[in-house]
Amino acid sequence: MSAHDREETGAHEELMELAAKQAALGEVRGAPAADPVNEPMIRHWLAAMGDANPAYLANGVAPPAMAQVWTMQGLGPRQPSPVDEVMTALNEAGFTGVVATNCDHTYHRPLRVGERVTAATRFSDLKGPKSTALGEGYFATWTVTWYSEDDPVAEMLFRVLKFRPKERKKPYPLKPAINQDTAFFWEGVKQGELRIQRCGDCGELRHPPGPLCPTCRSANRDHVVASGLGTLYSFVVHHHPPVPGRETPFVVAVVELPEGVRIVGNIVDCPVEDVGIGMELRVTYSSMDDELTLPLWAPREP
Amino acid sequence: MRTLTEGQVEIGSVLPELSIDLTPTLIVSTALATMDFTPVHHDVEGARAQGSKDIFLNILTTMGLVERYVTDWIGPEAVIKRINVKLGVPAYAGDRLTFTGAVVDCEEGEYTVEVRGKVSLGDHATATVAFRLPAPGDGTAAP
Repeated sequence: MSAHDREETGAHEELMELAAKQAALGEVRGAPAADPVNEPMIRHWLAAMGDANPAYLANGVAPPAMAQVWTMQGLGPRQPSPVDEVMTALNEAGFTGVVATNCDHTYHRPLRVGERVTAATRFSDLKGPKSTALGEGYFATWTVTWYSEDDPVAEMLFRVLKFRPKERKKPYPLKPAINQDTAFFWEGVKQGELRIQRCGDCGELRHPPGPLCPTCRSANRDHVVASGLGTLYSFVVHHHPPVPGRETPFVVAVVELPEGVRIVGNIVDCPVEDVGIGMELRVTYSSMDDELTLPLWAPREP
Repeated sequence: MRTLTEGQVEIGSVLPELSIDLTPTLIVSTALATMDFTPVHHDVEGARAQGSKDIFLNILTTMGLVERYVTDWIGPEAVIKRINVKLGVPAYAGDRLTFTGAVVDCEEGEYTVEVRGKVSLGDHATATVAFRLPAPGDGTAAP
């Protein structure tokens, strides 16, 4: 088991212990609702919901789905609940995302105008870690019972997923396939050199690198370091399809080097519409991370 | 508004579709009518700052709208006993919430309706609602 795994297991055990402790508290009663069940709040709620049911106000009862409304704390100070500590611990363990997954109401009887309810919260359980579409997370479940005096009138089961938000991967360009024939080129790029392969026998330059000289068929090779200057020989503007690590549109260019070979690369630091054949370029190196540096081409300063 | 009677509700009965425009006014007025002052339900900038594309419906309102959808159909004297909601994608301002439903069960006078509330992103709520009809003749709901 790695140190990281041990740490994860430790955090998991702490979370489960806390959840068990909070569940053992049983039902924790809050303060009574600020207002008794009342007509103005029912009327306002019905209007907002677009609910034309006349029975509620006619019979002096609240819509059942309003159960939770009576004990909402509005803009007042928050009342503590046995769920709070579990949420805080989950946040501290990195499970900072939250999304509600279930809300189940059971209504024992209608609430009448004038009754004042009290909510009692019981932390039920914590399940996880589970891997979900949103990221790894824990499902926390609690129940709330609303009492009028000591008469339970409604219940709610509420479940949330607390998840560790997935890290967004930065778009990463396709990596070059580096082999024995091309390694010297990428080594050069890392050091800020544009290396061109040269035949070890006849001295001809060639690009892209390959195992044999196309002129004398010698397998002997070395390289020269190019000046880093070039002229745009040809280009296309790529609009579609999307390419990882690139924002479209981008320019794919064939650059002619004064040394006598042509090389394919992207043009940067230049609006696409300003790119034109014959433009003077210079190589520039863009470091993607510790591993990968790409040679790119930019307009030469006038 | 009249309440349906037992002969008018049976397993397989389909509820008429209800489509609701989720205007910012609806999102905000229902959030406040349910005493929910969480900024994501009324403050566009606040909602965007925490990664949502707009303000969205709060859960207490989802419960209320599911209830309304079923009582709009069965009528005022029916008694809702249970609403179980599985929450899905957010219902953002500017979207449209469309409810469909059908009666799937009836046991000892308690009917169960399955309700789906869809928005453009997919299912916002998948619910089952249990209700009782008034006993025939006396005009009051069975206990």
